[in-house]
Amino acid sequence: MNDIRTIALVAGVLLLLSVVTGVGQFLKRHPDRGIDAAAVRTFNMRIRGWWVLCTVLAAAFWLGSTATVTLFGFVSFWALREFITLTPTRKGDHRALFWVFFLFTPLHYVLVGLNRYDIYSVFLPVYATLFVLARAAVAGDYKRFLERTAKIQAGLVVCVYCLSFAPALLELRVSRGPEGLSQLSSRDANFRLLFFLILLVQFADCMQYVWSRMLGQRLVAAAVSSNRTWEGLLGSATSTALLAAVLWWAAPPFQPWQAAIVGLVVAVMGFAGGMTMSAIKRDRGVKDYGTLVVGHGGVLDRIDSICFAAPVFYHMTVLVIGS
Amino acid sequence: MLAPADMPTLPRDKSVSRSTLCKITGLGLAGVARLLAGASIRWIASQPDTCQRVYFANHTSHLDALLIWASLPRLVREITRPVAAKDYWSRGALRRWLAEEVFNAILIDRTDIKVHQSPVDLMLRQAGETRSLIVFPEGSRSTSGEVGEFKSGLYYLAKKRPEIELIPVHIDNLNRVLPRGEFLPVPLLSCISFGPPLWLERDESKLDFLARARRAVLSLKE
Repeated sequence: MNDIRTIALVAGVLLLLSVVTGVGQFLKRHPDRGIDAAAVRTFNMRIRGWWVLCTVLAAAFWLGSTATVTLFGFVSFWALREFITLTPTRKGDHRALFWVFFLFTPLHYVLVGLNRYDIYSVFLPVYATLFVLARAAVAGDYKRFLERTAKIQAGLVVCVYCLSFAPALLELRVSRGPEGLSQLSSRDANFRLLFFLILLVQFADCMQYVWSRMLGQRLVAAAVSSNRTWEGLLGSATSTALLAAVLWWAAPPFQPWQAAIVGLVVAVMGFAGGMTMSAIKRDRGVKDYGTLVVGHGGVLDRIDSICFAAPVFYHMTVLVIGS
Repeated sequence: MLAPADMPTLPRDKSVSRSTLCKITGLGLAGVARLLAGASIRWIASQPDTCQRVYFANHTSHLDALLIWASLPRLVREITRPVAAKDYWSRGALRRWLAEEVFNAILIDRTDIKVHQSPVDLMLRQAGETRSLIVFPEGSRSTSGEVGEFKSGLYYLAKKRPEIELIPVHIDNLNRVLPRGEFLPVPLLSCISFGPPLWLERDESKLDFLARARRAVLSLKE
């Protein structure tokens, strides 16, 4: 942590979090300001979640990239648990699921940690898919075959494959900066890149909520989500693009205008992730994954946006580095 | 309620002088089982207590007894004995050791039930005045995931010892963690719900009581 930009970013985020925590506590103490108490509670809960997120991320960063990849691996594992628990499978899927949880998911993260993009980019979407199909067929249960295998595949792609592109950012060769040097082990720069992604995704989520509440008129799909509006999407995409452009110096390979486009795309992808998970939840008749099994935090609720945004962010970064 | 001072004085039997290895194995297995089955534990209008109780649950998986046992607070766990099938748990030295020494289970011979050594008498004898029991009134694991009809054992238990609290327990999703006929678990999330105690009413018929007990388990589903 000797890079001035890293220090600036961390200090900025801590300052921002402290300010919003202060605002949240102020609103809690003064319930007569005409603001909905439930909204204040949600707001404070979100802030607490961000503190936890920041602490965990800081710890992982401090321990190094292997620890961060491992951390994301566990998050994926837990999210996949929630996903498969929610979607009904049959007994014929049992053996396939066993290998999905205990072989494919860990092995994928090992490959990410080894930076074998050539293998891990096809490992889950191709080989795991073929395995799941074949294993379910061999188990001898043909009832709703495609539906069941598609569920497992969707879970793997969203919870494991897509999310793993976030820690994969740490293995990228980021070469840019006034030094003009190709840095092989630019640890700080890589961590800033990952942090930049998470910051944008969280900010976009938050802005989506704020804009929807302030100007929201037209729901995108009333049957799927009762609080995601076109106005919210537009507002969040614009604000996130602005934030990204302002913070361009934190994300190594980007020029300000590139950062703005990245911010815009991240906001739209985060929105897509939220909508997708809402649709799945609505179909299963639950409000959030946390209430699915009482007492569990609902990891999937927290990471749906980042799952969708991470691969796109990764490939845009690769594109910019390559040019 | 669970303060050590309130603990009933235990009779000096095997489980008190259990070896350290058994205790550590027990603690470890309880932890692993809860982690693997992603178990969330709910007490609905009910509290854990060290008084003598019979926990009765729906039976979906070989993990059921272990998981209910693991879901209880440690002090309660130490005085609680699962009732398990002898034909399964006495096969092989490891299983027998786990059942007899670690879980302190009461093994019931399902294949050889006679009038003069009924399982209920055996259970009550083993339970004494202080031990709680974990029983599965369906008798065997259901294949469909539905809760089957209860066998009459629970009724005779309640009739012979009407003062014991009967606690309904509902186990959700564990049949997907380890279905019948499988030996490798899939780490999904499950839920163990404990309900409020019930007792055999005066003049309640066997069928009425068993139906009421079954409904009590089913009502914990939500």
